[in-house]
Amino acid sequence: MALQITESCVNCWACVDVCPNDAIFQDKPHFLIDDMKCTECLGDHADPQCAAICPIEMAIVNELGEFLNPPGSLTGIPIEKLKEFGLWREAA
Amino acid sequence: MELPVISSSAPAAEGGGCSSSGCGTAPDALAHLPEHIRAKVQDHPCYSEQAHHYFARMHVAVAPACNIQCNYCNRKYDCSNESRPGVVSELLTPDQAIKKVMAVAAEIPQMTVLGIAGPGDPLANPARTFETFQQLSEKAPDIKLCVSTNGLNLPQYADEIAKHNIDHVTITINCVDPEIGAKIYPWIYWENKRIFGIEGARILIEQQQKGLEALTSRGILVKVNSVMIPGVNDEHLKEVSKIVKAKGAFLHNVMPLIAEAEHGTYYGLMEQRSPTDEELQALQDECAGDMSMMRHCRQCRADAVGLLGEDRGDEFTMDKIDVMDVDYEAAMVRRKAVHDEIMVKLDAERGIVKPKPTGIPEGSRPVLMAVAGKNGVVAEHFGHAKEFLIYEASPDGVRFIGHRKTELYCGGMDSCGDGDVVGAGETESLLDRNIRILSGCEVVLCSKVGYEPWAKLEAAGIAPNGEHAMEPIEEAVMKVYEDIAATGKLLPQPETLKVA
Repeated sequence: MALQITESCVNCWACVDVCPNDAIFQDKPHFLIDDMKCTECLGDHADPQCAAICPIEMAIVNELGEFLNPPGSLTGIPIEKLKEFGLWREAA
Repeated sequence: MELPVISSSAPAAEGGGCSSSGCGTAPDALAHLPEHIRAKVQDHPCYSEQAHHYFARMHVAVAPACNIQCNYCNRKYDCSNESRPGVVSELLTPDQAIKKVMAVAAEIPQMTVLGIAGPGDPLANPARTFETFQQLSEKAPDIKLCVSTNGLNLPQYADEIAKHNIDHVTITINCVDPEIGAKIYPWIYWENKRIFGIEGARILIEQQQKGLEALTSRGILVKVNSVMIPGVNDEHLKEVSKIVKAKGAFLHNVMPLIAEAEHGTYYGLMEQRSPTDEELQALQDECAGDMSMMRHCRQCRADAVGLLGEDRGDEFTMDKIDVMDVDYEAAMVRRKAVHDEIMVKLDAERGIVKPKPTGIPEGSRPVLMAVAGKNGVVAEHFGHAKEFLIYEASPDGVRFIGHRKTELYCGGMDSCGDGDVVGAGETESLLDRNIRILSGCEVVLCSKVGYEPWAKLEAAGIAPNGEHAMEPIEEAVMKVYEDIAATGKLLPQPETLKVA
């Protein structure tokens, strides 16, 4: 059970500082989550911390490839608008 | 609704304050400040309009993480051809930042101020931010330190800020009403949760106000930045200005919203408009009754280097710095000599009582003039000016109003790498655009004007003037004002008789 970071990541370091398991490490082209260390924050926090602070939609996914922050969920930009600008994807 | 932390019953600021007209004729908007505050800011380019012509600043991009989302910000920040807050090209570790600061300090001795301003929120990156300050205060003690923040983590770091000898802090405060806040901030990260909407905005506002009080009570100078968003917080910012002044902020900087669709921000994509130059100036004038207003802000990048309005960041990329050999001891001696020389100049300027124009008939109206200036003189060719400085001449004298940029913020999506967003078609020529941004001005002073722009300027009711090249700006503006007065055009014109 572990979360993953997608190519949407902008390398802002926010998740690294809040991960209780020290599971996130710098890599090229973007940060990655060590699946041996990630617990999805179970037992530590109500919400996985990387997904709670990540400013980028579609950058964190679960094992099923589902976005923890789907398009429009953080910015409030309507889906029609995102589609118009080519910024919408259904899954990773 | 009113929050207890923002009640306007806070103790009134000491001293007589400043009437909106009283500041205008002073050599600097800071002239009425208590002496101990003025002494701290008079050589700070971001706080003193006068000093920004001589002293330079730099930002180091060591703070990438952020803990809130603002609707005018896009966290995709790697763009080299834009100049706006939140944008950087090269993220630095604290060690790299120190190297860069020392290299710049040696090359540009006028650089007196080092700020950490992002590209995220410095206090959401406390380890990287304070490590940088710690090392700098040891290795480059002649550099002033500042930090900018959204304020969310400010109360918890007020002591740490005081400890590092940071005596200038900028807080961005866009509202004191959570309902307005919810239209600006979609969410915050607070106590291990993402909190959306009004509740998130309420916490942010409460922390900002607590942080402001914590800093002023420790004797740390606070400037407040506000982004003017038409229809969202424009009216409300007058209230914000009163409250932050009452709590001890010494300067308020109301900046225009930057929202282009190609930046991919919420406001950009939702077509939220930016204020016009006239709207911004009108709001700044209204707030000026309550507060010292900063009008020379250039809304610079989180990795800007040099004088305000210029960016020499390209000369100091890490690969170039790595091969520079810096002798900081020697540099400090050189820097001291340069600083002393500038201070003599500034003191001389301050000592001069500003003259009033002569021969101006009573009842004459003020006139706005645009100046293509550099280093305090009328210097630039009309077509080469990247910005125009706007001055108002009136019977009371000449005062600096603000600046208007002539270049586009961004070359468009193609050059930013996103490709997907199609910018609005450019139908307006650059010349037409530059003339349009001068609306409200009756004269434009520059070193030279070409034939085509000359005709277009005149057609737009703006008189081009190239007669004062290399003269000090304020003297030139005053002479032109006196010349207009001599023609009788400053007095109310009698209604022309209409012949049927």
